[in-house]
Amino acid sequence: MIDQPDPAAPSQAPPPAAAPATARRSPLHDEHVALGASFTDFAGWQMPVRYSSDLAEHHAVRSQAGLFDISHMAEIAVTGAGAAGFLDHALAGRLSALAVGHAKYSLVLAESGGVIDDLIVYRRADDDYLVVANAANRDAVVAALTERAAGHDVVLDDQTDRIALIALQGPASAAILAETPGLEIEALESLRYYAYSDGAFGWGDARADVMVARTGYTGEDGVELYLPAEHAPALWRALLAAGQPHGLVPAGLAARDTLRLEAGMPLYGHELGLSIQPSQAGLGRVVVTAKDDFVGKAAIERGPGDDAPVLVGLAAEGRRAARAGYPVMSGEEVVGEVTSGALSPTLGHPIAMAFVHPDHAAPGAVLDLDVRGSRIPATVVALPFYRREA
Amino acid sequence: MSVPDDLQYTAEHEWIRLDGDIATVGITQYAADALGDVVYVDLPAVGATLAAGAIVGEVESTKSVGELYAPLDGEVVESNAGVVDSPETINADPYGEGWLVKLRIAGDPALLSPAEYRALIGQ
Repeated sequence: MIDQPDPAAPSQAPPPAAAPATARRSPLHDEHVALGASFTDFAGWQMPVRYSSDLAEHHAVRSQAGLFDISHMAEIAVTGAGAAGFLDHALAGRLSALAVGHAKYSLVLAESGGVIDDLIVYRRADDDYLVVANAANRDAVVAALTERAAGHDVVLDDQTDRIALIALQGPASAAILAETPGLEIEALESLRYYAYSDGAFGWGDARADVMVARTGYTGEDGVELYLPAEHAPALWRALLAAGQPHGLVPAGLAARDTLRLEAGMPLYGHELGLSIQPSQAGLGRVVVTAKDDFVGKAAIERGPGDDAPVLVGLAAEGRRAARAGYPVMSGEEVVGEVTSGALSPTLGHPIAMAFVHPDHAAPGAVLDLDVRGSRIPATVVALPFYRREA
Repeated sequence: MSVPDDLQYTAEHEWIRLDGDIATVGITQYAADALGDVVYVDLPAVGATLAAGAIVGEVESTKSVGELYAPLDGEVVESNAGVVDSPETINADPYGEGWLVKLRIAGDPALLSPAEYRALIGQ
């Protein structure tokens, strides 16, 4: 048996016999080792791909809760009197309109209108934002922001190495947070989706500020907890202990990928990239063209062209999943390409996202997936594949 | 990582149990762990004639696809319907209930010893 790792996947199997000597480690690395995690190299970081079983971790997040270490994500503070105006210029959204205490999903566009990265922006004060970017795009985002900062009264501070990020996701999240000793969160009960609350963790001198954001990448309710790296292991252990009676398990990047795919969330390098305009990926609403000017505006106004492929969801029967790169066919014609695919653990059938020619993108259209030479019928469906019950 | 001493192995992470001219074939625990949760298995049909090195099936997990190579020349005399119905058996019991096919072979195959396989996977 020889493995053909899905190029889409953050996990690659079999794992390398030894991680690259230069691999960066999360501040929670020792916790993962103690929990028996398998590791994968992801964007130069050695991160846990699974602890027990991808499926068990996936199902735990859907039914109870899962704890993810996503400390490899990049955190860039943007401060100064010109911060709001700068972000309106540098990003696709209108961040000046974001209320303090709230978060917004946004994009860094290239002049071509393609996507340099997708990110979450938190507004912590009138002149203080936190931009959270993908680990793989940290350098590209910092470079783009630095270049675009010329003439703006802002200070950029890449805090990635100092901040740990823990995601607690799943229906039991709120109960677990409430029962975690030493964790205090202001107004947790009233915390809205895409908002954050100030919190603290620890006691006495070992007490640290925690930003508790009701955001996530799994399709479940939950929070993402930002805190100083040195305090992260204690919070990780406290959450796991408090969560045990609620069925909380540590969850790795493999489960994270199947969860986000079911939730129809794009992954950079698959559904998003420099050659893809946001509207093609269903993210046209993220770009505020009513703004006076922003990087990429001219290209966005020209648009990607009528024949540009568009992102669709595809649902199939059976158990064989299409993977990234597999052709999408209509008859003998190749009309698209899969960007992410898996056997959905929650739904029990194969799902995929794919860019297809707009003539074949209407929900209900029946296409074929070319799965290593076999044709598997698949129906275009609206995204997301899975939506939690309110 | 279990590498039983009473089996032989290939560099493609398959194990072989020889019993006369019948070879039982499966994938190793190392391979099963590396794949993650196996969710789909495609096996050659009974009666199929296999040539060593040919791709004869697939073992697919939530994250990746593994191709099953014929470890030896032979004819398929039994195919494990149990793992097709319950692919997770491969993770749970790779050397037992998770076996894949039985082949009738001719000649002396060249396979790896347990020690050689342990060296291959760095153990």
